[in-house]
Amino acid sequence: MEKKTYKVVGMHCASCVYTVEKALKSVEGVKDAVVNLATNKATVTHTQEEAVEDKLAQAVTSVGYRLVSDQPFDGHTEDEEKKKELKDLKIKVVISLILGGLILWGSFPWIMDTAPKLLQNFYVQLLLAIPVQFWIGLTFYRAAIPALRHRTANMDTLVALGTSVAFFYSAFVTLFPYLLPVLPIGNSSLSTSFMPYFDVSTIIIGLILLGRYFEAKAKAGTSEAIKKLIGLQAKTARVVRDKKEVDILIEEVQVGNIIRVRPGEKIPVDGVIIEGDSSVDESMVTGESIPVDKTKGDTIIGATMNKSGTFLYKATKVGKDTMLAQIIKLVEEAQGSKAPVQRLADIISSYFVPIVIMLAIGTFVVWYIFGPSPSFLFAMLNMVAVLIIACPCAMGLATPTAIMVGTGLGANNGILIKDAEALELAHKVNTIIFDKTGTLTKGKPEVTDIISVNKLKENGILKFAAAIEKGSEHSLAEAIVKAAESKQLVVSAVEGFRAIAGHGVEGIIHGDKIILGNRRFMNRERVSMASVSEQISLLENSGKTVMMLAIDSKLEGLIAVADTIKENADEAISLLQKMRINVFMITGDNKRTAFAIAKQVGIKKENVLAEVLPQEKEKNVKKLQSTNYKLKPGLVGFVGDGINDAPALAAADVGIAMGSGTDVAIEVADIILINKDLRSVAKAINLSKKTMKTIKLNLFWAFGYNVILIPVAMGVLYPFAKILLNPIFASFAMAMSSISVVTNSLLLKRVKI
Amino acid sequence: MTVDKLLVTIGGIVGIIFTYWFFLMKKEKVVEVSGSVNIIVDGGYSPSTISIPAGKTTKITFLRKDPSNCLEEVVVPDFKIREFLPLNKKITVEITPKKTGKFGFECGMGMFHGSLIVQ
Repeated sequence: MEKKTYKVVGMHCASCVYTVEKALKSVEGVKDAVVNLATNKATVTHTQEEAVEDKLAQAVTSVGYRLVSDQPFDGHTEDEEKKKELKDLKIKVVISLILGGLILWGSFPWIMDTAPKLLQNFYVQLLLAIPVQFWIGLTFYRAAIPALRHRTANMDTLVALGTSVAFFYSAFVTLFPYLLPVLPIGNSSLSTSFMPYFDVSTIIIGLILLGRYFEAKAKAGTSEAIKKLIGLQAKTARVVRDKKEVDILIEEVQVGNIIRVRPGEKIPVDGVIIEGDSSVDESMVTGESIPVDKTKGDTIIGATMNKSGTFLYKATKVGKDTMLAQIIKLVEEAQGSKAPVQRLADIISSYFVPIVIMLAIGTFVVWYIFGPSPSFLFAMLNMVAVLIIACPCAMGLATPTAIMVGTGLGANNGILIKDAEALELAHKVNTIIFDKTGTLTKGKPEVTDIISVNKLKENGILKFAAAIEKGSEHSLAEAIVKAAESKQLVVSAVEGFRAIAGHGVEGIIHGDKIILGNRRFMNRERVSMASVSEQISLLENSGKTVMMLAIDSKLEGLIAVADTIKENADEAISLLQKMRINVFMITGDNKRTAFAIAKQVGIKKENVLAEVLPQEKEKNVKKLQSTNYKLKPGLVGFVGDGINDAPALAAADVGIAMGSGTDVAIEVADIILINKDLRSVAKAINLSKKTMKTIKLNLFWAFGYNVILIPVAMGVLYPFAKILLNPIFASFAMAMSSISVVTNSLLLKRVKI
Repeated sequence: MTVDKLLVTIGGIVGIIFTYWFFLMKKEKVVEVSGSVNIIVDGGYSPSTISIPAGKTTKITFLRKDPSNCLEEVVVPDFKIREFLPLNKKITVEITPKKTGKFGFECGMGMFHGSLIVQ
C-alpha cells in the first residue's frame, strides 16, 4: 500500500473536489483518495503498482482536470525515500552494534571475565550473531550475489566474503568442536585455541553500516545546491484575466500571460515589465547582492524577489525554459559529467576488488604455510582483515563528491560551470583574453565629458545637443539623448533637422542655427576651433569621440562620447594579474581606442590585440595557445559575450561567457558568469583551484589509505614489529575512510572564493 | 611441506587463477538496440553492453531492483547524465550520440560498469 500526493490543476469549487475524488477512486488499485481544494492537492492511497500513476492522470483528465506528478521539479519523493532508507539503516546499525557489543563482551580476552556466564556461552553467541549476519547483513548478500552473476564484484562482495568466513568458521567451531582435532588444520594439538569469532562478524557489519549511514548523510549535503535552486521556484502566480486577478499554479502559467507582482513577493516566471517599476533582489539567481532597479521594458527573472514596487509583467519564458530551470539543468549536467582526473581512479577501481580477493587468498596461503602457530587462525583472521579493510568506495567518491560541491558552490556565486572538465582545466589557465566591447566595456557609448568653451554652460550644451540629436539614429546620438534624460533636462523642439553623413547634424532652435558634429563639419561651416584643438586631441587620444556644438557658427562646447568600462573591470583584471595570469584584450577597434581602454583597466600595451576582424579572434586564440604551450604549460581562457566571440570561446581551453551575452556565446562556453561580474573570472579560477586541491587530497587519502593499510592487514609488518590488524579495527578504518573523503569534499562548501 | 600445506597452496593458486578468470576475463555480450532499451539494475546492469546507432535518439530505461546504495545513481559521463534511480521505479534517459565510439556508464561510485557502443 502506498500513499502519494499529486497536484491537481484546474479545480475551483467544492464540486470539483468531489468529481476528482470520484475519478481517482474509480481507478483500479486505489483504496482512498482525498482532494484538498486549498492546496490543490490529491492524496491517493493505492497498491504499489508502476502503471497506477498514468491511470490516475488519465482518470483525472477524463473529468476535465489535470493531475501533475510532483516528480520532475522537486526532489520530494527522492528525499522521502532517502529518509526512510536512512531510518532503516539507523535501526540496523543500533541493533547490530548492541548484539555485536554483547558478543564482544563475552569473548574478548581482557574483558570477557566481567561478562555474565551466559554471554560467554558459544551457543548464545551464535544465536546473537545469526540475525546480524543474515537479517542485517542481508543487504551485503543481496548486492553481492547478483553481482557475482554478472561476474562483477564490489564493496559488498568483500564485506559478504569477509564476514561469512568469520561467521561460518565460528559456527563450525561452536557446533562441531569434536571435529577440530581430527581436521588437518594447523597444529591440531592446539585445538583448544580454536575459539569462535562471532564478535568479528557482527561488529564488522555494524561498523560498516554505521559508516554507510554517515556517508549517506554527508553525501546528501553534496547535492544541496540543486535542491536549494529547485526550492527557489515560486509556487503560484497572480495572473490578470478579464481585468480580474487570479492565483494559479506556476505550472499553468503560459507565455504571454500578464502577471501582477506585489512588494515582497517572489517573481514566478521570466518576463518583461509592462507597467510599474521596482527594485528586484536577484541574488538567489545571479549571486549579485545589490537589488537591481527595474522599470518598464526591463527583463525580470523568475524566482527572484520583488522588493519595493508593484508591477505588471508579461511572461516570456515558462516551465523548463526559464532561466532558473536552465541553471538547474546546467548544474545537473555538470554534476553528471566526469573530470579527467577521475579516469585513473576509474581504471584502478575496475580491477580493485578482484585484486583484493586474490591478495586475500594469497595472504591466507602465506600465513598458513609460514605463519606462527596456530597458523590456520592467523591465516583466516588476516584474510578477513584484508577483505574488510579494502575500501574501493573512497576512491569512487573522491572526485564526484568534490565536483558536486564545487559546481554547487559556483552556482551559488553566480558562476555556472558546464562540466567537470572545465572545472578541472580552469586552474591551469595562465593566459586570459578579454573581448573588449560588451565584456570589458558596457558596449554602449556614454557621454563622458562636456566642456564649455563660451558662455553656454555644460547643461545648456547638453540640452541643445540632445534636442538636435533626438531625431538622429546614430549610436552617439542615443548616448547624448540618454545623458540629457538622466539629468532630466527638457529639450526644445527643432526645426529643419538634417543629418549630414560623415559630418554631423544640424537644425534650428528658437531661430538659431545649431550644428553638432566632427572637425570636418566645423571646417565646412567655418567654425573656429583653434582655442580647443589641444583639448580635442587630448580627448581623442584617450579613445573618445569628440563632437562640437556651434550656435550660429560660434563654437559653444565639446561633448566627448566613449564606450565606458564596466564597474569592477579594472579590479577584475588586477585580481587576475595578482594570480600571475597574463591578461590580453582583443578588439576590432582602432589601436588608439583600444590602448585607451586597456590603460583604464590596467592591461599592458603589448597585450592589446587591436584591429582584429571578428572572424580572426579565433586565430588569435590559437596563436596564443601555441606560443603559450611552448613557453610554459598553461592554458588559454577567453572571456566574451557576442556572437562573433563564439568561435574564440570554443577554441579557447576554457571559454567564459558573460550571462548577459548572446545565446550562441553561452552555448559554446564552458563557464557562464550569470552574475555578469567580471571579478567572477578570478573567482571561477579560484574555485577550480580549491576544487582540484580537494580532489587531489581526496585521491591521496583514498589511494594512500588502501596502499598502506592493505599490506598492514596482510601482515607485512608482523615479521619486524609483530603488528597485525584486528578485523574489527579494519572495519572501523574502512568506515572512516569513506566518511573522511565525503567530509573533506563538504569542507569545500565553507571555502570563500 | 606437509600434505595440508601443499593442499592449501594448490587451493590458493587455483583460487587466485579462478578469481582472475572469473572477474577479469569475462567477455561482454553486446545487445543491439534501436529506439529504446530496458536495463535492469540488479547487482550490475543487464544488459550491460548495448550498441546504439549514432545520430538517433535512444531511450534507455533503468529499473533498479537492487537495494544497495552503490547502484542508486547511474552516471553517463560523456552525455552529462547523473540520475538517481529510486528502487523499483523506471527512470528513462534519452541519449542522442553524435560521435561513434565506446562510451561507459556506471554507478555513482564507479563500481559497476556498462558501456554504450555507438555505431
